[in-house]
Amino acid sequence: MSFKDLELNMGPQHPSTHGVLRLKVKIDNEVILSIEPVVGYLHRGMEKLWESLTYPQIMPYTDRLDYIGAVANNFAYALAVEKLAGIEVPKRAQYIRVVLAELMRISSHLAWIGFQANDIGAVSVLLYGFEDREDYLDIFEAYAGGRLTINALRLGGLPFDLDADLIARIRATLAGLPRRLREIETLLDENRIWKHRTQGVGCISAAEAVDYGLTGPCLRAAGIPWDIRKDIPYSSYEDFEFDVPTSDRSDVYGRYQVRMREIRQSARIVTQALDRLPAGEVLAKVPRVLKIPAGEVFHTTEAPKGELGFYIKSNGTDKPERIKMKSPSFINLQSLPLMCRGGIFSDIVGILGSLDIVLGEIDK
Amino acid sequence: MSKRPPGPQPFLLTKVDRFITWAQKNSFWPLGSGLACCAIEMIATAAGRYDIARFGFELFRASPRQADLFIVAGTVTNKMAPIVRRLYEQMPEPKWVMAMGNCAVCGGPFPTYSVLQGVDKVIPVDVYVAGCPPTPEGLLHGLITLQEKVAATHPTNVMFKRHE
Amino acid sequence: MSDGPTGRPDLDAAYAALAAHAGDAVLGAVFAKGELTVRLRAAALVAAVAFLKAERGFAALSDMIGLDNGPAPGEGRARFTVLYQLYNRDARLRIRLAADAEGEALPSIVGVHKAADWAEREIFDMFGLRFEGHPDLRRIYLDPSFEGHPLRKDFPLQGRG
Repeated sequence: MSFKDLELNMGPQHPSTHGVLRLKVKIDNEVILSIEPVVGYLHRGMEKLWESLTYPQIMPYTDRLDYIGAVANNFAYALAVEKLAGIEVPKRAQYIRVVLAELMRISSHLAWIGFQANDIGAVSVLLYGFEDREDYLDIFEAYAGGRLTINALRLGGLPFDLDADLIARIRATLAGLPRRLREIETLLDENRIWKHRTQGVGCISAAEAVDYGLTGPCLRAAGIPWDIRKDIPYSSYEDFEFDVPTSDRSDVYGRYQVRMREIRQSARIVTQALDRLPAGEVLAKVPRVLKIPAGEVFHTTEAPKGELGFYIKSNGTDKPERIKMKSPSFINLQSLPLMCRGGIFSDIVGILGSLDIVLGEIDK
Repeated sequence: MSKRPPGPQPFLLTKVDRFITWAQKNSFWPLGSGLACCAIEMIATAAGRYDIARFGFELFRASPRQADLFIVAGTVTNKMAPIVRRLYEQMPEPKWVMAMGNCAVCGGPFPTYSVLQGVDKVIPVDVYVAGCPPTPEGLLHGLITLQEKVAATHPTNVMFKRHE
Repeated sequence: MSDGPTGRPDLDAAYAALAAHAGDAVLGAVFAKGELTVRLRAAALVAAVAFLKAERGFAALSDMIGLDNGPAPGEGRARFTVLYQLYNRDARLRIRLAADAEGEALPSIVGVHKAADWAEREIFDMFGLRFEGHPDLRRIYLDPSFEGHPLRKDFPLQGRG
């Protein structure tokens, strides 16, 4: 039997598609001829729904977009609204927001390495990644009461302050991070099977990456050091010293290296923020009914998945006229066919994992 | 699911029932099908700290033909609903369904044009676990409730056609 | 301080170059909240985006945003507008182009930025705007059999039927 020009359907129910993603793959024996992602299986109509909610009511919904890195969405939304409304966030709140966002980045990348390694076959790393991540979820639970969808920020600052106990807990958790990362890296870095399945797979050139709108670790693995935290700093990121890891190998292995290094840089930022935490309030005075005069703003942040942002248009009432979420995974997923060209069928899961997509933010 | 017959059960058959339900409830094979955020908590429940394996639920199957528990974890959209229905139909009997999370229970916080207001609109649900997302403890509580439900059934009624 | 609309020399220089290139296709510029919005005629859109990419370093399309100005938008305003967020990373500049749709169509910029591919499909799906020249314009989120375009202001949240 010949397998020339066979069209296979992966998903939307599939253990490795990171959610309800459907891939229509045409193959010639093992070689991929074409691959087409079909999305929309999680389209919940959030942008339409937000037009009938007030600005504070929208905040919990943003958690459900990139649900693996929930604080990143809260952060981007809060910053966009605050820019539009002219709300000044206290310095202490800015630092704590940075702490929460970077802890979320660590947690998101640990979940990512679990999924990526699990897809390729290294199932233990899924368990290690999720076990390590539990400590960070404990911190979020102690801070805001939720593990996954946290609603950790408020318009104008934060709902709660970080007390000494929680700060000590964060430091203790971070102290254990290097050893845990080394455990995972010992399993993967020089592993022949891992290297064989990730090196030279899913390559994309730097020019193509920019043209396709890639952002985040995938772009940095292509050698381009774009990071919104450095380029257009927000929320006091300019006060912190950190590197922006890039890689010269623009393949799945390079993206793995970039994300592992990013975890370490996040830990560095959190330590600096906690060391220099200024005193003060954590919530600015915001009116109970927040009406924003007509205007528009587009503000993006560096989320774990890439450049995540919101466009908000206000019309003088307490509800927005239009909110559009700039979703990094939506744009990154467009480059999947490019990365898969010339590859074989078993490369798909590795490449899809390295893109680090979340269907919640793709489909909104 | 088998019905309780109108009269008393024969002694031997109750013992067979107890044995079969003991085996069933301690070895559910869930379908590995997460739809949205709840799926991440489902995976966290299967991971080291909450360890769903100690209840016997370890073996998540990728194919519905090999699974007997469909945990609908996440929002079911109108586009996804026919696929959820097809997955349910592909599962062999006996099978159970758990609606995990507010979206699967009743549409959750999304009263919109594209969201199915509850997965029980397309498939019958045995246990509803509320939460957004339910914590792993909540999911385990739902699983234990399902185990109790299964323990109260009479599979021999189906096997020996003892119901009308 | 420079004497363009923004008061920032680098952004004003980009605007001046765009205005020189596009001539009377530039209908106006607004600078608010630190962001520059340039209104353009739809016919000049593709050339303007290509010019900004090739000559002024706006190599990245961050996002495309569809807007429904309401069923009765008022004097001289079209029903639908699309915003193009462009980013020049070397100079750390953002610029927003706004183009009103003529009828319900706009030219596609996929030839200039591949990143526009799905963004245009999304706007088509949600608003019903056609992008002339798009290689594969079809719905991306909703089923092909879905009737209506949800983000239009006259579409009810709960849907029809």
